[in-house]
Amino acid sequence: MAEMTGTPLLSLAGVHTHIGQYHILQGVDLDLPAGGMTVLLGRNGAGKTTTLRTIMGLWKPSRGTVTFDGRPIGGQPTPDIAQAGIAYVPETMAVFADLTVAENMVLAARSGPMDPARLEWIFGLFPALKKFWQFPAGVLSGGQKQMLAIARAIAEPRRLILIDEPTKGIAPAIIEAMIGAFAELKRETTILLVEQNFRFAASLGDHVAVMDDGRIVHRGAMADLAGDEALQQRLLGLSLDAHQ
Amino acid sequence: MTAVPASSSDTLPTLKHDWLPILLPIVLSAIALPFIGNVTTWVTLTVAALAMGMMIFVIASGLTLVFGLMDVLNFGHGAFIAVGAYMALSVLGLLSGWVQVDSLGWNLLALGLAVSVAMVGTGLLGWAFERIIVKPVYGQHLKQILITMGGLIVAEQLIHVIWGGDQKAMALPTALRGAIVIGDFAIERFRILAVVVGLVVFATMLLVLNRTRIGLLIRAGVENAEMVEALGYRIRRLFVGVFVAGSALAGLGGVLWALYRETLTAAIGGDIMVLVFIVIIIGGLGSVGGCFIGAILVAMMANYTAFLLPKVALASNILLMVAILMWRPQGLYPVAKR
Repeated sequence: MAEMTGTPLLSLAGVHTHIGQYHILQGVDLDLPAGGMTVLLGRNGAGKTTTLRTIMGLWKPSRGTVTFDGRPIGGQPTPDIAQAGIAYVPETMAVFADLTVAENMVLAARSGPMDPARLEWIFGLFPALKKFWQFPAGVLSGGQKQMLAIARAIAEPRRLILIDEPTKGIAPAIIEAMIGAFAELKRETTILLVEQNFRFAASLGDHVAVMDDGRIVHRGAMADLAGDEALQQRLLGLSLDAHQ
Repeated sequence: MTAVPASSSDTLPTLKHDWLPILLPIVLSAIALPFIGNVTTWVTLTVAALAMGMMIFVIASGLTLVFGLMDVLNFGHGAFIAVGAYMALSVLGLLSGWVQVDSLGWNLLALGLAVSVAMVGTGLLGWAFERIIVKPVYGQHLKQILITMGGLIVAEQLIHVIWGGDQKAMALPTALRGAIVIGDFAIERFRILAVVVGLVVFATMLLVLNRTRIGLLIRAGVENAEMVEALGYRIRRLFVGVFVAGSALAGLGGVLWALYRETLTAAIGGDIMVLVFIVIIIGGLGSVGGCFIGAILVAMMANYTAFLLPKVALASNILLMVAILMWRPQGLYPVAKR
């Protein structure tokens, strides 16, 4: 990162990931500073989701190293990576539909009963969750499920949160309000956000990395990319047009 | 702090309970009544079906969770049924004095010890089976079918070596023989015990699945095991626990099933597995509630058709499965999958 100082919280060096016969990540190099939000941009199929899943241990890297807080985590079992302090919000949200909102949150609070003050803070960010607390997550709308998926990731303090396309399929009014909630979240923790909605990403991101064909092709400050339309067009092209 | 609104139409949804599958056994028994034509016979068949259904449920409940959690097809489940039954046979043989005395207390104590030994034994066998046979083939369905069927064959041959290959008599304890007569109806005592055991197992499972953290993890894991891991829980450790518990329940079911038939062979497990698979398919793979209703339906169909049209008893359950899958392709209570 252009303005990064000190040891990165998360570092990927020469990471390759194969899914079956497909060579998806082809040498990803990425350093994530502690604090703030780094946005990972790129067209569909560039390898953004695979990068998050590789960090989380859901797909094992075939080559390269993943280091979190100075400790190698590449190829470690997913529960160990989660216990090291990384939370994951997948693109599918993956809320447990047959469990109530409360039960989803109970499972997310791994170390025991949830801290009431923290729960109130979460309710402050996402009031719908309080309202639907005893309802099965399956009856929630898409936006509400996204809120639950994010709330689950912050049920306890985490060092790093990986969030995959939180605005996908969500109503514009909800997206606007999400910007405020995310701005508050990034004050508490480090966020690596995969996003196609450039306006959403630009309004929140401190740093940006752009992927293409399984590699990082650009790294820098989000403000620089947001202020340079020619660079946006060159790096994001059709993807940018589709998601403005 | 900026709050994210619930949605533009922020109304509480109406929760609808799905009662239709629960009504099915009542409808089926009502349809059977005019064909059977005699209320006493109908009551006898229905009570027998409930007892048989509870035994099948006890056997199938662990298997459905094993499939739901890790997508593992265990065709070797019948081995735990048979081993449980043979272990109980040995214990009851050692405690023959307590079994033959006409005292419900002593009889139940002997049966309780036999069941405990059978459940511990099959639980341990289940642990070894999972570690040695199932673990190497996670995610490979064809290999799972082949190797678990192989495990079943090996187990049956080992039973022949240890207990002999001949058919064994499994006599009911004295106080559990005969029937309780209420008016015109005679209800066999052992069938009442089987229903009670099945209901206790069902209630315990509901309690564990809905009121404990382990239970929540199992339900969540059945829906999306990957997300449970991403939350920091070791799903494979949980799976081993469920496999062991499911094997122990199969052992318990095996004891009840052998006592119900009053005979046993090494093939006792394999014989009932066709019905067990029908039950977990029509119940909805991974659904304990669906498994419970499915077991009662299958047992009712088996008992009514065995009385009315004995030649089509097994085919009737296959037709039942086809009918239910045409109505609900994922089973009576489908589990939400990622």
